[in-house]
Amino acid sequence: MVIQALRRIGSKGVSFLETFGASGMFLFQSLFAMPNVRNNFPLLVKQIYSVGVMSLIIIMVSGFFIGMVLALQGYNILTRYGSEQALGQLVSLTLLRELGPVVAALLFAGRAGSALTAEIGLMKSTEQIAGLEMIGVDPLRRVIAPRFWAGVICMPVLAIIFSSVGIWGASLVGVDWLGVYSGSFWANMQDSVQFSDDVLNGVIKSIAFGFVITWIAVFQGYDTEPTSEGIGQATTRTVVYASLAILGLDFILTAVMFGDL
Amino acid sequence: MSDSDKNFIEVRDLTFYRGDRVIYQNVNLDIPKGKITAIMGPSGTGKTTMLRLIGGQLKPDSGTVKVDGKHIPNLTRKELFALRSRMGMLFQSGALFTDVSVFENVAFPLRVHTDLPEDMIRDVVLMKLHAVGLRGARDLMPNELSGGMARRVALARAIALDPDLVMYDEPFAGQDPVAMGVVVQLIRLLNDALGHTSIIVSHDVAETASIADYIYVLADGEVIGQGTPDEVLHSDSPRLKQFMQGLPDGPVPFHFPARDLCDDLLAGVK
Ligand SMILES: Nc1ncnc2c1ncn2[C@@H]1O[C@H](COP(=O)(O)OP(=O)(O)OP(=O)(O)O)[C@@H](O)[C@H]1O
Ligand SMILES: [Mg+2]
Repeated sequence: MVIQALRRIGSKGVSFLETFGASGMFLFQSLFAMPNVRNNFPLLVKQIYSVGVMSLIIIMVSGFFIGMVLALQGYNILTRYGSEQALGQLVSLTLLRELGPVVAALLFAGRAGSALTAEIGLMKSTEQIAGLEMIGVDPLRRVIAPRFWAGVICMPVLAIIFSSVGIWGASLVGVDWLGVYSGSFWANMQDSVQFSDDVLNGVIKSIAFGFVITWIAVFQGYDTEPTSEGIGQATTRTVVYASLAILGLDFILTAVMFGDL
Repeated sequence: MSDSDKNFIEVRDLTFYRGDRVIYQNVNLDIPKGKITAIMGPSGTGKTTMLRLIGGQLKPDSGTVKVDGKHIPNLTRKELFALRSRMGMLFQSGALFTDVSVFENVAFPLRVHTDLPEDMIRDVVLMKLHAVGLRGARDLMPNELSGGMARRVALARAIALDPDLVMYDEPFAGQDPVAMGVVVQLIRLLNDALGHTSIIVSHDVAETASIADYIYVLADGEVIGQGTPDEVLHSDSPRLKQFMQGLPDGPVPFHFPARDLCDDLLAGVK
């Protein structure tokens, strides 16, 4: 019994490490597969459009509502201490440091990550990947690399848009509706937010998230069993793994950046 | 002329497994330069697998696969891709790129492997599409094509670069009699005019026999017969006879390996 359980854990562990190694090799090969700028730039632009621009709506709407909710909740608590003028500071720091990068990344994993996995999986099951190989074109270069880079480039931009729209939503609720004095709302924000500590750290986080999400998404797509269920499972795995990775990574990065370790 | 000058592809002692299942056991095969060689055999024997082994998408478990004197499994990724730019392959499923039009599908190999100016690419693509009767369909998307049309577009794409070797996986499947005649003629013409080496995988005995210079018949992981169409059609070997004449009963199994039907039915639900 015990031996069997141990054996099962062992073989699970080995197969996990194997997959992890394979995905690392895969990432390595895609990363260094982009020397031909003239041919690949249009592909990159196309992917930035479908990965980034197509995610704009959901990112902006979510950012807007989260900003508004933050302002409502924050106002509620801050008025108890008579310090509602600190609302701008509270909202902007929360968004820039945490919620912007993390929530935008979770949305991005659900919106763009799953689409990437499904698209690549379908290309594999309809033999388009094999077709590319036989034409003498490396699919890692042609299909994977532009999608990967598009994700890494778009994620920080989307996170910044998320935070900006959120702050705007918070000012609508806080200033225009609840009546916080607009001068102190904005001045407080400007005083407390620091570019290098808050804005830059948030951007670094979201670059890391973009890297991890697209890595998981393109690998799951490329590694999928080329059947309908296989693609369905791979898409689910992308969302689950990417979400867990984002939250875990966020804790580590926050500890390093803000934990005074 | 030595053997390796004459043969574009040489397969020696090829053994290939899928899991525990033997697909090929010590198979030898020569594909002569500039000729049309047909590979025939029952469904599921591994004809598509053979094309993939030749194209380097699968690696043999043992034995050698030499294309133009190069042992495929030993090539680096770069050398393999360079060699493939001289091969064209018509996939059984067509494998068209679904995100671009018919025109762009055929133009794709030209764009990635040549520096031709745009108007030249246009001319070549239109000529290839004209050859398969689909010049008028150039602006359609792949999902707007019928199965037979998609296959002919894929054929046009496979020959876009005038490759040295063209592998056709089931080129006649799903074609009406007219289109079938055109495709048969086209393959013959390309081979004679441009000196391609061609491999045709097909079940259509009559069409294949009419254009092939040499035929291999594969079954049960081995070559069960080979020769000119005449020799193969009139062979005395019972297995060959059954396959070529399409007789339901005989030594060539129609069924995927399984236990006896009676046993299977009587076994009931466990
Ligand atoms: N990806 C795969 N995994 C496992 N087995 C496979 C796979 N692809 C093919 N096979 C097996 O390999 C054998 C040969 O397949 P292949 O596609 O080469 O047959 P084929 O001769 O081209 O048949 P058909 O004429 O029906 O196209 C089949 O029996 C199939 O079950
Ligand atoms: Mg086949």
